[in-house]
Amino acid sequence: MPLGLLKYGINSDYPFDKEADLPPPADLKAQYDVVIIGGGGHGVATAYYLAKYHGITNVAVLEKGYLGGGNTARNTAVIRSNYLTPEGVKFYSASVKLFENLSNEFDFNIMYSQRGQLTLAHTDATVRSFRQRAEVNKHYGGRTELISPSDIAKLVPTLNLNPANLPVLAGLWHRDGATARHDAVAWGYARGATQRGVELHQLTEVTDVLTHGGRVTGVQTNRGVVNAGVVVQAVAGHSALLAQKAGFKLPLVAYPLQAMVTLPVKPFLTPLVSSSALHCYVQQTSRGEIVFGGGSDPYPLYNSRSSLPLKESLIASAVEMFPFLSEMRLLRQWAGITDMTSDYSPIMGLTPLENYYIDAGWGTWGFKATPICGKTMAELVASGGKVPELIQPFELDRFSRFKQVNEMGATAASH
Amino acid sequence: MTRLKNDCFGQWIDTTQPKKFTFEGNVIEGFDGDSVASALLAHQIWVQSRSFKYHRPRGPLTLSGQDANTLVQSPKTPNLLADRVPVEEGLQLSGQNYSGWLGFDLSRTLDWFGRFLPVGFYYKAFFKPRGMWALWEPIVRRAAGLGTSNLSVKADYTDKAYLFCDVAVIGGGPAGLHAALKVADGGAEVLLVEQDPSLGGSLNYHAFSSDLKETQRQRDALIRNVFEHPNIKVLQSATCNAWFGDHYLPVLQGRRLFKVRAKQTILATGSSEQHAIFRNNDLPGVVMCSAMDRLSRLYGVIPEPPLAVLAGNDLAYKTAFSSHDAGATVVAIIDLRAQCDDQTLRAEAEARGIQVYAQCVVYEARSEWGAHRLSRVDVHGLHHDSGVGQKIASIDCGVLAMSVGYMPAYQLACQAGALLQYDDASAQFSISNLPKGMHIAGSINSVFTLSALECDARNAARAALKALDIAVEERDEAVDCRASVNHPWPFVKHPKGREFVDFDEDLQIKDIVNATRMGYRDIQLVKRFSTVGMGPSQGRHSALPTARLVAKATNRSVTQTGVTTARPPLTPEPLGLLAGRRFHPLRRTALHHRHLALHGQMIPAGSWQRPAYYGQPADRRSAIDAEVTAVRTGVGLIDVSTLGGIDLRGPDAPEFMNRLYTFGFVKQPVGKTRYAVMTNEQGVVSDDGVAARLSEHHYYVTATTTGVDQVYRDMLKWNAQWRLDLDIANVTSAFSAVNLAGPLSREVLRQAGCDLDLSPEQFPYLAYRESTIEGIPTRLMRVGFVGELGYELHVPSPLVGELWDRLMTAGHAHSIRPFGVEAQRLLRLEKGHIIVGQDTDGMTHPNEVALRWAIAQHKPFYVGGRSVEILSRRTLERQLVGFELTDVSTQPMEGHLVIREGEIVGSVTSCEFSPTLQKIIGLAYVHPEDAAAGSQIVIRIESGVCAQARVVKTPFYDPDNARQSL
Repeated sequence: MPLGLLKYGINSDYPFDKEADLPPPADLKAQYDVVIIGGGGHGVATAYYLAKYHGITNVAVLEKGYLGGGNTARNTAVIRSNYLTPEGVKFYSASVKLFENLSNEFDFNIMYSQRGQLTLAHTDATVRSFRQRAEVNKHYGGRTELISPSDIAKLVPTLNLNPANLPVLAGLWHRDGATARHDAVAWGYARGATQRGVELHQLTEVTDVLTHGGRVTGVQTNRGVVNAGVVVQAVAGHSALLAQKAGFKLPLVAYPLQAMVTLPVKPFLTPLVSSSALHCYVQQTSRGEIVFGGGSDPYPLYNSRSSLPLKESLIASAVEMFPFLSEMRLLRQWAGITDMTSDYSPIMGLTPLENYYIDAGWGTWGFKATPICGKTMAELVASGGKVPELIQPFELDRFSRFKQVNEMGATAASH
Repeated sequence: MTRLKNDCFGQWIDTTQPKKFTFEGNVIEGFDGDSVASALLAHQIWVQSRSFKYHRPRGPLTLSGQDANTLVQSPKTPNLLADRVPVEEGLQLSGQNYSGWLGFDLSRTLDWFGRFLPVGFYYKAFFKPRGMWALWEPIVRRAAGLGTSNLSVKADYTDKAYLFCDVAVIGGGPAGLHAALKVADGGAEVLLVEQDPSLGGSLNYHAFSSDLKETQRQRDALIRNVFEHPNIKVLQSATCNAWFGDHYLPVLQGRRLFKVRAKQTILATGSSEQHAIFRNNDLPGVVMCSAMDRLSRLYGVIPEPPLAVLAGNDLAYKTAFSSHDAGATVVAIIDLRAQCDDQTLRAEAEARGIQVYAQCVVYEARSEWGAHRLSRVDVHGLHHDSGVGQKIASIDCGVLAMSVGYMPAYQLACQAGALLQYDDASAQFSISNLPKGMHIAGSINSVFTLSALECDARNAARAALKALDIAVEERDEAVDCRASVNHPWPFVKHPKGREFVDFDEDLQIKDIVNATRMGYRDIQLVKRFSTVGMGPSQGRHSALPTARLVAKATNRSVTQTGVTTARPPLTPEPLGLLAGRRFHPLRRTALHHRHLALHGQMIPAGSWQRPAYYGQPADRRSAIDAEVTAVRTGVGLIDVSTLGGIDLRGPDAPEFMNRLYTFGFVKQPVGKTRYAVMTNEQGVVSDDGVAARLSEHHYYVTATTTGVDQVYRDMLKWNAQWRLDLDIANVTSAFSAVNLAGPLSREVLRQAGCDLDLSPEQFPYLAYRESTIEGIPTRLMRVGFVGELGYELHVPSPLVGELWDRLMTAGHAHSIRPFGVEAQRLLRLEKGHIIVGQDTDGMTHPNEVALRWAIAQHKPFYVGGRSVEILSRRTLERQLVGFELTDVSTQPMEGHLVIREGEIVGSVTSCEFSPTLQKIIGLAYVHPEDAAAGSQIVIRIESGVCAQARVVKTPFYDPDNARQSL
């Protein structure tokens, strides 16, 4: 048993209040240097790095619901960097690096677990694209390789190598692939940020963005007006709606993305496994539940309801991959709203509104980028609008400059 | 032990039909109608499972599948609920989640160390020094989990069925029965769904009146009416497991999933009895009053040891009395209240010799050392402010039945968007904001007395009928729902803890309170931090106490605090039922069996199966080379039925083609084909094919095998905006096609019976003709994808087999060879033709792949045109070029990178050894400065070795294009 737990046992009424991870609710001030809209992982990570590296602590994170209650709470916690484009690989690799040390940096266990991620190829075309991804990854120091069906059988002996008449031709084995307790990531960042003086205001909804002469001056909230020198928007599924209030358009379409989980069983699966053709992703959590994810719903919608048809098709695919799952029981299904770009890369950086910075377009793949988003967005804010090199490829104007960063093939169903 | 079997007790069991099964290796005899849990209880086996975190022994709590305390496993299936599994001869079951055996679990040590494992302990430890979690995680994983999956199980076949009804009534208890009858009498069709094996719900076990027989007569009459009603269909042992949009209801029954589409839904799902929270309230033997009632009334099991009852309402007395009547030794009623609502109850209890401890609580439940079941309860006095006073008595009892409140079975309603409101006066949650078409009746609507239930059910039925536009004359009836069933604060904190709020997750009062003290104040954060409500029963019993505890700890009202989101499914559902037949479409061309007969090695192409090559896998290379050689020097035949085919007809067809594809199509002559490239709005090449103009207003255009569905959707999408006058039909499956290619193909076609003049003058390259080949109506296109004289023949699918045979026969003398996808890829590569999707990616624009020639320069519009124009004005960043390697020992593979000055500039998209040219050839994206023929490029192959390749002009083969226009 770890010694860190002794204090709780020795003092039967341990003063939890003194060690609270999150401060109690407080009044909203009239003015902050920086207001961050959205108390999800990206928002609180930005606040954390602003306080930690740039000494900027007069910061309020405004969250309309509860901390990390949007897509941070709903994603399937995949961390990986095996993307296709050099821009993507560099960016996500930096995120993986930050994740590796996060528990110790926070002094809070986010249960970062580098189990490796395996993506299955069932067609020649996918094998080609996987080979390219493996090569690009290796070029930037990532641990990714194309492996054969016999290697796959050794790695995941329980996997059916001919699911739904789609023989597995090869696999993309990404050793850096990992998972973590997604909520804990948001809590760790919020804890670190608030300990440094950042204010986190939950149940505080931004209803309008206030501007003057092409420049942001503050936000209107359900608790009154808050003035701010700089405003950062990090609101995932609702990005386009909020941007509209700020007076500009984002090329985003919102689709629901569903996921589901079974009752826990004893461990049988260590790596994260997904099939490119079946659009099905399977992993076992440290509690023992099997988590399934798949493709987005087929049509745009701002609603996080679940649906039966998607569940039926996703589970059918999962049972094809692991036939014995048919005897397991589904406990819960849920959905999030994802803001999809046409090139499956995010939108980060400056906006047409001065001092209003954006972190959006995170679609189905935002969780893994939480640390690097926070770090780069904080740099952007602290430098007064100088876009860090790592996120320059993801700027909003890339769509009008025909400079899209296409990650479609590397994103579908692998999240 | 003897079982009680008469009119009122043991109703469900058939004592003439004994059934033997094994539990933990011991043979147990139960009866037909028993659940596994009831049969085990009849044999005094109370410990049936182990808890998730502390591995505490657990036994039945609700006896109706509502809790996780009876999770057992069979050799095939983990996580079964013993109180939901019917006894069957030969059934093999065991407990789960223990190391040792069910009665002695080594992991129980976790319970003794529990004080060192505060709420969220895993966030506070296991990560120092860095990397330690990797060592701890496997240990934590082994300790967690519940049952064990049998990894060798094969997925069964299960089927699904659709059902339709006007009104789905969920729940066949008194409210559901009355509602169903009323709706059916109104003329609407009803589907009545009941979770238990028979209708009746609480009428089967709850003592609504002291005359049990009278209640049962009423019940039997109701059930008879329901079964006899022509408008009612009944599903028993069936669970409506979710509510999806527009009343789409999944109902699980046995091994079948019904998908029900209803117009209206009446929820008569009842309510979940709640537990009192005191130390060791999880000991086997501590049960809900409703569970005690079920045990005796349904299964005829009367516990031998003394029974005590913990009451927070009058209903508990009914359990005490009926148990007493059945022969149980009821020793005490411990009432949290000072007095009953019905003052006569106390006297009635004492008349039966049951001692009543008013204004008292159970402070602690105790067991004999090692016995793992209840043996005694400590009774303490209760002050007015809910503070616990002195010990008053210690009562020996083997069973404690408790009734301190109810929580409406709100899950389906809340999945549909209803809200929960807490009323401080009645200490109950009630459901409001019901969505359109949903009605509730019975105890889910806080109505607990029989007479009121009936009125409430009829009101719900009337509302449903009105919504169906069925005239209802009577007015709604007044519903008297004054029964007070919920005790406001059934918590007894103990200094040593173990007062469980959530049995699934082993969470005590302090865990919930400490979560709020740690800053996790929102109910959702409390859940996520403490895991309350995340277990198998999804908060059925923990939602109410958690809301109360969190409200108190954070100074909010219970309504403000609320409960966590209700999500489907209602009860854990087998994945096999959801998967059903696992229908994954697999498409075969009409020639599939001919390919198999010729030893075609089939590979997937989208959902299609296509032959890669013909021959044995061991001879793959030589087979492909021979196929290539046949096409280059003689004649070959390939099945191209999977190519998409789209028919466009109408006066605006030329205009439509012109807008959708990059080339000019308005001026395309009738009887000619044209290469058709499509770009998306970003100017990216999205598909290609060949367009033939059949007549003034009729085009037939092909699309790639995997792209056609998207192309067709895009066509429909665009024309939904343009409103051009044409019909668009995806005829991919209606037409099948073969490509007859090679210098001898003209001869073979002629001999096969084609009645056209096939001379190059009359049927030149790129021409389109229609003809019949021995009666087979055929669309012929002279195409050159593989770079030889060739004819693509499109015929109605049922006739393609005949065509194939005819061509093969005619070609026999010319050594015709069928060729597969592999040879085709090689042939087209030798010819330098790109494959969209292989040699293009999601960013490729026409200039990068030298398709400028396929773009009309002077037309007003085509999809993506503006983007292509802008991109054309920019300097290229990469270009697709042909390359060759003379050193055949290092063949690059598709996907390998082109490196320039240490940076990635492109990748290889196609690369093969050409048997015709005897060298390695390929296509790759390179830096534009390296695009000129003769440039050297560096390709890094997998091992890290770099290969030098020379950029060459394409086509590699027949650069003058002489052969295809022969």
